[in-house]
Amino acid sequence: MTKDTAASTAAPDRAPADTQWGLWEVFTQEGEGAPHEHAGSVHATTAEHAMQNARDVYARRGKVVSLWVVPTASIIASVPSDAGPMFDPGNDKAYRHPQFYKVPRGVRGL
Amino acid sequence: MNDKNPTAAAGAPDTARRAPADDPALVAEFEARIAAGESIEPKDWMPERYRKQLIRMMSQHAHSEIVGMLPEGNWITRAPSLRRKMVLLAKVQDEAGHGLYIYCGTETLGIDREELVDQLLAGTAKYSSIFNYPTLTWADVGVIGWFVDGAAIVNQTMLAKASFGPYARAMVRICKEENFHKKQGYESVATLAAGTPEQKAMVQDAVNRWWWPSLMMFGPSDKDSPNSAELMRWRVKRESNDTLRQRFVDLTVPQARAVGLTLPDPDLRFDEASENWLFGEIDWKEFHDVISGNGPCNRERLAARRKAHEDGSWVRAAAEAYGAKRQAADAA
Repeated sequence: MTKDTAASTAAPDRAPADTQWGLWEVFTQEGEGAPHEHAGSVHATTAEHAMQNARDVYARRGKVVSLWVVPTASIIASVPSDAGPMFDPGNDKAYRHPQFYKVPRGVRGL
Repeated sequence: MNDKNPTAAAGAPDTARRAPADDPALVAEFEARIAAGESIEPKDWMPERYRKQLIRMMSQHAHSEIVGMLPEGNWITRAPSLRRKMVLLAKVQDEAGHGLYIYCGTETLGIDREELVDQLLAGTAKYSSIFNYPTLTWADVGVIGWFVDGAAIVNQTMLAKASFGPYARAMVRICKEENFHKKQGYESVATLAAGTPEQKAMVQDAVNRWWWPSLMMFGPSDKDSPNSAELMRWRVKRESNDTLRQRFVDLTVPQARAVGLTLPDPDLRFDEASENWLFGEIDWKEFHDVISGNGPCNRERLAARRKAHEDGSWVRAAAEAYGAKRQAADAA
């Protein structure tokens, strides 16, 4: 993969053709029973390669018990500008929270 | 020196330096979010100037982690014991990982790592001036852990609260891992300081050479720092260069005394009123010389990075070819 950028013409002694590899998102589970959480990303050419890079970059300390790698392009994310209407229904339905309900005095274990 | 609340941070927006494309209403909304302490995420709207400043700052930080592997890597084969060698290998590997965390955070701003690496290799990107000094003796490795990682922790603890989410999260991860870097350095320094007269002289010499460059790591003085006011207004940085530098000095002076080492500054004295260790004038000419490419090892460091990149090109090409082959096989 050759790139003809201003930077490359300005520096003839820099390394020849470079490759970028695809981007993968990495999720780590830190301990049994914990959720998988987004840790960051790696570049890799295959899923196996992504898994190896994710281990080397995000699991050097032994806390991680499980890894997920996902091609970045496969992730569908909500759009910040839609956050209002998207999440609004949650805000005006107080009856979804236990604090909404009245309980007779002295009753326990509810 | 102890300006905890620089007025610059509350200054009026610098509209002249902002890209013209930014919609003032969006900018106002963005600045209100910053003022409310909200975290900015990659898909959120942000001023072009905020994006540019972050790309500059984060990529410089990532480059520093990568170039920072070189001075210490120089001693891996000559570490005095297996224990020290294992520790140093783990530390240098961490630096590579830290570089990758920050490159990955920078990529969320819409720039490819390849382009950032190109900028480093072409010499158009900066990295921390500290890594352009040579590691002349084994004691330098200990002093780097103690001073350089110690200074980095002071800086990164602040950056862990940066307004840009991916940067802050990378800093949290790095801070957690970096504590051992400082501790192993100090342990090595303490061991040498309690050793033979030759060992003690060697570690004192390393302290003398690394002290001032370590203070320079915090960047120019507040009055000469072109980017500080803007970065603080946008809460990328929360404290000024001089405030952080003072914190590092206050932390380090008692640590030096505890192992009987002196810091090479005749003006260093405790100020009862402010409870700070006041220090002498930094040689800013040296700082600017090193930053602009004329430090003792600038050329050597870049040459080493270029060679490593070039030597690795067949690996990158082979992995790419293998990936393409696998993809074709999966499609068939």
